Amino acid sequence: MQVIFLRSEDYAKLVEQKTPNSPMLKDCFFAFVIGGAICCLGQGIKDLILLFFELDEETAGTWTTICLVFLSALFTGIGWYDKLAKIGGAGTLVPVTGFANAMASPAIEFKKEGLVLGIGPKLFTVAGSVIVYGTVAAFFYGIIYYVVTTFFL
Amino acid sequence: MNKKIGSGTFILSSPVKITQFEAVVGQKEHEGPLGSNFLYWSDDEYFGQKSFEKAETYIQKEAMNHVIEKSGFSAKDIEFIFAGDLLNQCAGSNFCVRDIAVQFFGLYGACSTMAEALILGSMVIDGGFADRTLALTSSHFCSAERQFRFPLEYGAQRPPAAQWTVTGAGCALLEKESAGPSVVIEKVTPGAVCDMAITDLANMGAAMAPAAALTLKRYFDDTKTSPSDYDLIVTGDLGKVGADILRELLLTDGIDLGSVYNDCGLMIYDLETQDVHSGGSGCGCSASVLCGYILPEMLKKTYRNVLFVTTGALMSPTSSLQGESIPGIAHLVNLKV
Repeated sequence: MQVIFLRSEDYAKLVEQKTPNSPMLKDCFFAFVIGGAICCLGQGIKDLILLFFELDEETAGTWTTICLVFLSALFTGIGWYDKLAKIGGAGTLVPVTGFANAMASPAIEFKKEGLVLGIGPKLFTVAGSVIVYGTVAAFFYGIIYYVVTTFFL
Repeated sequence: MNKKIGSGTFILSSPVKITQFEAVVGQKEHEGPLGSNFLYWSDDEYFGQKSFEKAETYIQKEAMNHVIEKSGFSAKDIEFIFAGDLLNQCAGSNFCVRDIAVQFFGLYGACSTMAEALILGSMVIDGGFADRTLALTSSHFCSAERQFRFPLEYGAQRPPAAQWTVTGAGCALLEKESAGPSVVIEKVTPGAVCDMAITDLANMGAAMAPAAALTLKRYFDDTKTSPSDYDLIVTGDLGKVGADILRELLLTDGIDLGSVYNDCGLMIYDLETQDVHSGGSGCGCSASVLCGYILPEMLKKTYRNVLFVTTGALMSPTSSLQGESIPGIAHLVNLKV
């Protein structure tokens, strides 16, 4: 029987022509605004910490991260973060809040499968790559840093 | 083989009757354009159960129990159940039927399962192996997201071609003889797997459209009919993008689907207001539209001659990670009153 008529390359062209693209400009705009707003929030928290507590810059930065991670996990838990991310896209993915969301969402999702075989291993389904390759990158960065500071400076 | 015509369409020698049917859906489906057609729905995505998987089993069981109850028979009067869903190991269906001890075939045809179950259920009756069979499928948005995509609360954007898995179940009772009102299954065309090398998981419509075109073309060739001979030709869940591609594919082969064509994924949601991008999907999409809308309308004679073509994307999460493309399938049932 004569079947469809098309080679897969030609079909790919037809599909591309019929499939709407993501609205790039709009997505970029909202990613910029919402991602920027999260960063401004972080800066605000840091300024407040510096204002009210006698801490140095670095410790204040750590506390800021803790606050942002807490807020992200909280908003993930009450179901707001994914709604924000739907609009914000990369703007909610890139800041540390995105990482917290990637950890908190499977924690909620896999509660039903138990603590040991559910939450434990599944916590890292999305964020695992960030941790693994972050650590690997840090390792190489450490070596380069050591070599440069020991032999060239 | 006197039941086969052409290359793969089968005429049931004594047409099998669909006598009872019921759909159970979630809130989003109830809020859609077909909402008022669904008698059974809940605004609780857990349907009072402890997990989404249990909820899916529950809606399937509800649909099945309503059908059995309305028919006046009991479970032991039914010879076979053909059922399937999207969960690993067809768990939703296995748990649905575990308490009733009816002989059971679990099917996996992805979103094409409803027509697959109707085809097998009617062939078994036509072959003289049974007087009564059930065709039954379900899908649940939350359990499907867990199975195939990210955790629900994970912040991710969906591209415009992505579809929304329907929370719903549909069940139909097939009988050899019946005095009451019924819709008749006259012809069936089982699908063949068709893979046109689409790998984009966010564009299932494009992956399944060639399979639908293949099955429809086979049916039209075998029966020497054309789309204008039917009141309604409806595909399962191609969505906006897939439905568009299907029209185009068949046009290149000289078949114009015209105004009788629609897609369950486009009928169940309002694409403008319900934020479902390209439309609905899932086994429950075609099953609930069939059992909640098409069959009741056929009994009212709104439609007399219908082609019900369900479409399935047969990839697994593992095959996709390994770079495999998405094989599609489409099964066709010709319904008449």
